[in-house]
Amino acid sequence: FSVFQSDDLRNLSLSGHVGFDSLPDQLVNKSTSQGFCFNILCVGETGIGKSTLMDTLFNTKFESEPATHNEPGVRLKARSYELQESNVRLKLTIVDTVGFGDQINKDDSYKPIVEYIDAQFEAYLQEELKIKRSLFNYHDTRIHACLYFIAPTGHSLKSLDLVTMKKLDSKVNIIPIIAKADTIAKNELHKFKSKIMSELVSNGVQIYQFPTDEETVAEINATMSVHLPFAVVGSTEEVKIGNKMAKARQYPWGVVQVENENHCDFVKLREMLIRVNMEDLREQTHTRHYELYRRCKLEEMGFKDTDPDSKPFSLQETYEAKRNEFLGELQKKEDEMRQMFVMRVKEKEAELKEAEKDLHEKFDHLKRTHQEEKKKVEDKKKELEEELNNFQKKKAAAQLLQSQAQQAGSQQTKKDKDKKK
Amino acid sequence: CQLFGYVGIEAVLDQMKIKTMKTGFEFNIMVVGQSGLGKSTMVNTLFKSKVSRKASQPGQEERIPKTVQLQSITHVIQEKGVKMKLTVTDTPGFGDQINNENCWEPIIKYINEQYERYLHEEILITRKRKIPDTRIHACVYFIPPTGHWLRPLDLEFMQRLSKIVNVVPVIAKADTLTLEERAEFKQRIQEDLKTHAISMYPQEDFDQDPDDRALNDRIREKIPFAVVGAD
Repeated sequence: FSVFQSDDLRNLSLSGHVGFDSLPDQLVNKSTSQGFCFNILCVGETGIGKSTLMDTLFNTKFESEPATHNEPGVRLKARSYELQESNVRLKLTIVDTVGFGDQINKDDSYKPIVEYIDAQFEAYLQEELKIKRSLFNYHDTRIHACLYFIAPTGHSLKSLDLVTMKKLDSKVNIIPIIAKADTIAKNELHKFKSKIMSELVSNGVQIYQFPTDEETVAEINATMSVHLPFAVVGSTEEVKIGNKMAKARQYPWGVVQVENENHCDFVKLREMLIRVNMEDLREQTHTRHYELYRRCKLEEMGFKDTDPDSKPFSLQETYEAKRNEFLGELQKKEDEMRQMFVMRVKEKEAELKEAEKDLHEKFDHLKRTHQEEKKKVEDKKKELEEELNNFQKKKAAAQLLQSQAQQAGSQQTKKDKDKKK
Repeated sequence: CQLFGYVGIEAVLDQMKIKTMKTGFEFNIMVVGQSGLGKSTMVNTLFKSKVSRKASQPGQEERIPKTVQLQSITHVIQEKGVKMKLTVTDTPGFGDQINNENCWEPIIKYINEQYERYLHEEILITRKRKIPDTRIHACVYFIPPTGHWLRPLDLEFMQRLSKIVNVVPVIAKADTLTLEERAEFKQRIQEDLKTHAISMYPQEDFDQDPDDRALNDRIREKIPFAVVGAD
């Protein structure tokens, strides 16, 4: 993908040293100051040696505790580390699949993995589509390499492996490796490797192809590809071999040296993954897997490059159309809500009015009753007063009569008295 | 994290270098200035080859166009395995008319057109693996060596263009100034640029870290560069 493919460009000869041969160095220096991002995804059963292999590959101790076997589902654990070697700063992220292969029902095991990979692509896409974006110092979290750990059964791939790899092959660069390879005998190993490769081919699984188009790396990549999948052994412990300390695993029956090519393919894996193809892995992720994701995602959202009349569509127009559609719907919903709201308010108002009326009526009724009672009481009071008056009158009259009668009586007695004299 | 031994991460630098050398580089430079200031000679001297064929032969009339034209020439040059596609855009007619109003407009239009083209390619659904980059990376502005200060045309142009492209001002035909005149001229130009808030390349807002800033400050002291070209 060179710049010089198309036109018939004139070649100019320089008569002296200009100095633009420093351009690659300028570019590289820019990257070193920003640091590189590299993200590895390790897929494999619990206890197959993923963490140990990472420790061995990067010659360090990443802190992690071994996972238990009773996880309810597969979950992905991502850890980021910053490694520095001479003047290169590497931002390494290792993503682990915790609980892979432990459940009884493994139908959905691949789903969390696919979702995680897609989520990273999505985050990058979002950043790219922003209006104000900062791509040059964006921390790239997309998975650049997926190491698939195959259990060393010696027979063939498990169906879980095939299914998972098939789902992942269009999204990420898959490098299959045989884990704990010191449990397989040499003759069995060869058969096992060929069986695995033929199964991958017959099931149409696309694993990462080491690039052979560039002269500098073509040879080494070609020779290494023959040994796929790499049978690796990981170890962080050192054992004294001869007069040197080397990373190895000590068994009662012997020592397996990690960096001995006769014992395992660890050195090959390290060469391929880090020393030769790291940049190519990053590039493939960006130009192939990410572009595929982006294309699918945008087509899903309804964007096209050309409309039915095959006139070029601009992303702007489609976007505008979508936006207007969306706003229209939003507006419609808003109107509906508003109408409903008004209706409800009216209903409530009517109800309240009714209640008010009722209350008023009751109040009036009560008032009337109260008035009536009051009147009754007053009438009774008047009656009582009249009676009282009558009584008083009668009493007065009676008293008068009595006093009159007394007077008359006393007059009579007086008269009688006089007569007697 | 501490590395207990050699891993080989630094090999990625070489990998990157090889990849960039294979893809090649594109560089688009634009030269702006009145005719006769030595733009083509300058470009030829810079790249040590006959990039622009200018009529330096006597007897051939060089017609000054009535409006500003933009002419691009593309060459492929190679040095020590590094291939570069160099495009030089010339602007004959700039500042040559009697009435030079809006003579920067065709230039601004051209620059924006290139940005538009790139954007269009970038937002396609199926994008090209390597989008052809025709955007102007640097605009070299030639200031006539009056020795006084910047003319209104210079200020207008640089003000407008420094917002959309990297402008590198140079004093053309600087061999017509003595060293003291040159120092004073530079001083006055720098003050002028500062008063009008024109930001040249390297722009101060893009300084990434203290080392970068120190390096760029030294460069900024020398702006505008007083140059002499010779074929």
